[in-house]
Amino acid sequence: MDIWISKIGYYFLNVGIVLVYGLLLGAFIAKTMARVQGRIGIPIYQPFIDILKTFTKRQAISHGIMFNLGPAFRLAGGLGTLAFIPVIYGNEMFSNFSAAGDLLLVMYFIFFGQLGMALGSGESGHPYAAMGIGRGLAQMTAYEVPFTLAVVAIFIQYDTSSITEIVAAQQGSIWNWTLFTNPLAVIAAMIAFLGMAAYPPFDVAMAPNEIPIGPPTEFHSHFLSMMQMNRAIFAGAKLILFMNLFFGGATGLIELVFKTWAIYMVAILVGAAFPRFRTEQAVRFFLGVPMLIGIASVLYIQYWAQ
Amino acid sequence: MTDKNDYPTLANADLIDAERSLFCDARPVPYEPYPVDFVEKFANWVRANSLWVLAFGTGCGAIELNPLMTSRFDANRYGIQMRPTPRQSCVIVVAGYSSVKTLKRIIRSYEQMQGPKFVLGLGICSLNGGMYWDSYNTIKRIDQYIPIDLYVTGCMPRPEALLAGFIELKDKIKAGQCDGTNRYVKDFDWYKANQKKVIKNWDMPDYNW
Repeated sequence: MDIWISKIGYYFLNVGIVLVYGLLLGAFIAKTMARVQGRIGIPIYQPFIDILKTFTKRQAISHGIMFNLGPAFRLAGGLGTLAFIPVIYGNEMFSNFSAAGDLLLVMYFIFFGQLGMALGSGESGHPYAAMGIGRGLAQMTAYEVPFTLAVVAIFIQYDTSSITEIVAAQQGSIWNWTLFTNPLAVIAAMIAFLGMAAYPPFDVAMAPNEIPIGPPTEFHSHFLSMMQMNRAIFAGAKLILFMNLFFGGATGLIELVFKTWAIYMVAILVGAAFPRFRTEQAVRFFLGVPMLIGIASVLYIQYWAQ
Repeated sequence: MTDKNDYPTLANADLIDAERSLFCDARPVPYEPYPVDFVEKFANWVRANSLWVLAFGTGCGAIELNPLMTSRFDANRYGIQMRPTPRQSCVIVVAGYSSVKTLKRIIRSYEQMQGPKFVLGLGICSLNGGMYWDSYNTIKRIDQYIPIDLYVTGCMPRPEALLAGFIELKDKIKAGQCDGTNRYVKDFDWYKANQKKVIKNWDMPDYNW
């Protein structure tokens, strides 16, 4: 029993750390982009103030029960994703609830938040929210294909579905990382990551200029502050998941910060270089070459590598 | 002015019967400040440092809003950013003249914003009509229709003036002087009567929740 209490305590510590880290990372990127454009840019603490601002709004109208629950589901998706990912390998405090089969659970939780959000925005009754949901879910279904194929390749490669064991198998040398032992799976997964990050070219679901930010159009006040918090936690959790699966995990906080920042920069750099795909272009893209790379990674690990 | 308790619900008299049930008929209620003074002061500081402006160009002055986000003026560093939806915005800039047609959209957008919300009048036209003082379809004094917190006058004011206006608005919010949201609720019937006097085709509910 005591173990569970301490585990839950450590989990909330992890949530706090990932929340702060996710917000700072977003601010850091915004600041960097501002500097590139010759601006001073936002203060580094601006995301915290924005969350507090939405939280201190004194009026909040509701569109119904599902509308109220939507942001809660979204936050539950982010918290659930983080709950089963070991943040730092080999450290009891940062191992969360990682156990056998957690990778499957994490993949489910990545989907769960989006579906909850779809229900919530659906009840808001705003046509742009419905359009955003349609675009977002179509794109998500498409990028899940290469990502799932990459994860299947990892299942075969390490013969386990526990993230902790997958990280353990990559320890010892940089050449043990999945990046080098199974590069095809990493390529497929990193392309899927671009879709997950919702930066250009895959940001059509939240296109602010044509469908005013899509699904969250009607969300405001504390609903919005919950979604802002989830955005930071979910982004952090996804980065940590990719680091664990493909880049050898982290054994310390500095390694964690450096690796997750580097993975995040992939999405930023691609986003800075490419214009936005339309939905059907994005779906065709994911179901084309990335899917073939995913299949190739499964065949490679099944028949050649072993 | 009619006492609020006499009419607990709005009549929505200008809607057709089939549509009346689709809209909320509750009157807007004022919001209470936080009971602890320190918390309210902190909340005001937070609100002042995160101004989300509704990206809605209501008149010719909207052209002065866009440069604020560019490298030359960089309003981002003051915590100002554009939001595409009124639900998430807290500042609406009435930029220059507003025709009767636009006023209807301004009211709809303003009422959909969640309080505390602030209004900034940009240009002399929003203050007294400016060069449109004798126009038949232009609103002369916008503060008779929605409560204004701050004016930036000129024709047209340059982006620097608008930025200075935003900074002054921040100071007013920090001092707790921007009570437009509650003023609108308190004098709701007066504002509504003024609005209905000029907008002839009022095919919307009395309050856009």
